[in-house]
Amino acid sequence: MFEYEFMREAFIASTFIAITAGLVGVFVVSRNMSFLSHTLSEIGFAGASFGILIGISPLAGMILFTLVSSIAVGSLSSESSRREASISAISSLFIGLGILFLSLSSESSSYATNILFGSIVGISSKEVQQLMILALFVIFVFIIFYKPLAFDSFDHIGARAAGLKTRLLSIAFLVTLALSVSIGAQIVGSLLVFVLLTLPGATAKYVVRTVPKLIMVSVGLSLVGVWLGLYLAFITNWPVTFFISGFEVIAYFLGLSYKNWKLNH
Amino acid sequence: MDEWQSFSNRKDSEEITVIEAKNLTKRFGKQLVFKDVNFKINDGDFISLIGPNGSGKTTLVRIMMGLEKKTSGELKINHKHIGYVPQFRNIDLDYPLNIEQFVRLNLKFTLSPKQRKADNESIKTILTKTKLTRLKNRPLGLASGGEKQKAYLAQALLNDPKILILDESTASLDVEVKMQLMDLVAELNKKYNLTVIFITHDYELTKKYTTRALFFENKTLKEVKVSDVSEDMFEMES
Repeated sequence: MFEYEFMREAFIASTFIAITAGLVGVFVVSRNMSFLSHTLSEIGFAGASFGILIGISPLAGMILFTLVSSIAVGSLSSESSRREASISAISSLFIGLGILFLSLSSESSSYATNILFGSIVGISSKEVQQLMILALFVIFVFIIFYKPLAFDSFDHIGARAAGLKTRLLSIAFLVTLALSVSIGAQIVGSLLVFVLLTLPGATAKYVVRTVPKLIMVSVGLSLVGVWLGLYLAFITNWPVTFFISGFEVIAYFLGLSYKNWKLNH
Repeated sequence: MDEWQSFSNRKDSEEITVIEAKNLTKRFGKQLVFKDVNFKINDGDFISLIGPNGSGKTTLVRIMMGLEKKTSGELKINHKHIGYVPQFRNIDLDYPLNIEQFVRLNLKFTLSPKQRKADNESIKTILTKTKLTRLKNRPLGLASGGEKQKAYLAQALLNDPKILILDESTASLDVEVKMQLMDLVAELNKKYNLTVIFITHDYELTKKYTTRALFFENKTLKEVKVSDVSEDMFEMES
């Protein structure tokens, strides 16, 4: 399949997407932000259609919307930002806006399907480059903030007691989350990018017990998921997102069963 | 003689003061939390901080930790590091880290092999001190209440603070487990001269373990003899 350029591009892009999503996902799960990451995906959809409407790239529109909203969330207190009802309200609003922007722009509905559900053919080599730069930036931020971020994510109360600047960490994290959503949506689509941002991290939690191992398992699962998804999508012509989410969901339930089995043995 | 000096009731002058408050006052907007609080805490003290709910115990501790600003007065603290064991923690059954990894969260980032070695050594030491060596691989989510409290204690003590604040750390534990935890804290207090400030609603523990008591009453703080501490001092109104 690598004789096709679009497959090579999709493969490189997915690899970077999987690494960032797997890495960020460990922290999304430990910070109980799965729901918020879902909302950010929907905000990303609105951003992408806004980008199309005003004639900038969908990626730029996504980054704009997700960054602004994640910083807005970060400046609220972490408790109130997690209130499910208000998050649902916000996500409804943004899905509505996304649909409005799309209908106002002249793009066809297949374009909307690509943004929402992802596509392996839609990505150009220039976009792959942009995506790689963003992914490397996210990884760089994680290396810099690794220790305090791990402390804050796995023991927020302890981190605050130890005098860490948890508000600043929270904003730094939300910025990387926003970027990861925008990156990931390019292949898996904005509706399902949260699959990669939550499931591998949640599965890892059931099988290993240290932060570096959590990251390794989570990144590993998302890599296998996207590679397998790309391959199966290529040979069957079915949507890549179906295979990725299918694989991650199966892995999640296997992880959960493993944990339950271990509890009883 | 200053008001605070007569108040603090100190007998010998060789003791090293680690925390000293003079006319410390705190308001939230117009609401007065406490005013003109004066006390001295000496190296190696095992102090209970008592008073009804809402009387200002946690606010005072938050000011000591630098998490809250005082409104007026003075507060001098001789040590940079204060170990703090907060009242609540969100550790559910699914919590992934084991006890050792949880304690390790409080280490600073390092690439130096020498520092890593030193870090491993201090982890080993603190696990021994808190009697957690045998339990270090247990998932924290599956640990008992007492084991969890020990892990919180170990994490707070990792950077070798000279002062430890326990914020109602025993509140949710059985009597027996409470005593075990307090025995451990008392041992650390004696062996390593650790200064302990124990915020509590527990009359028995105050009597049994602490050597001095600071009591919040009528929006201020006064020292009472541990032998004079009575159960009605813990009553819920403020």
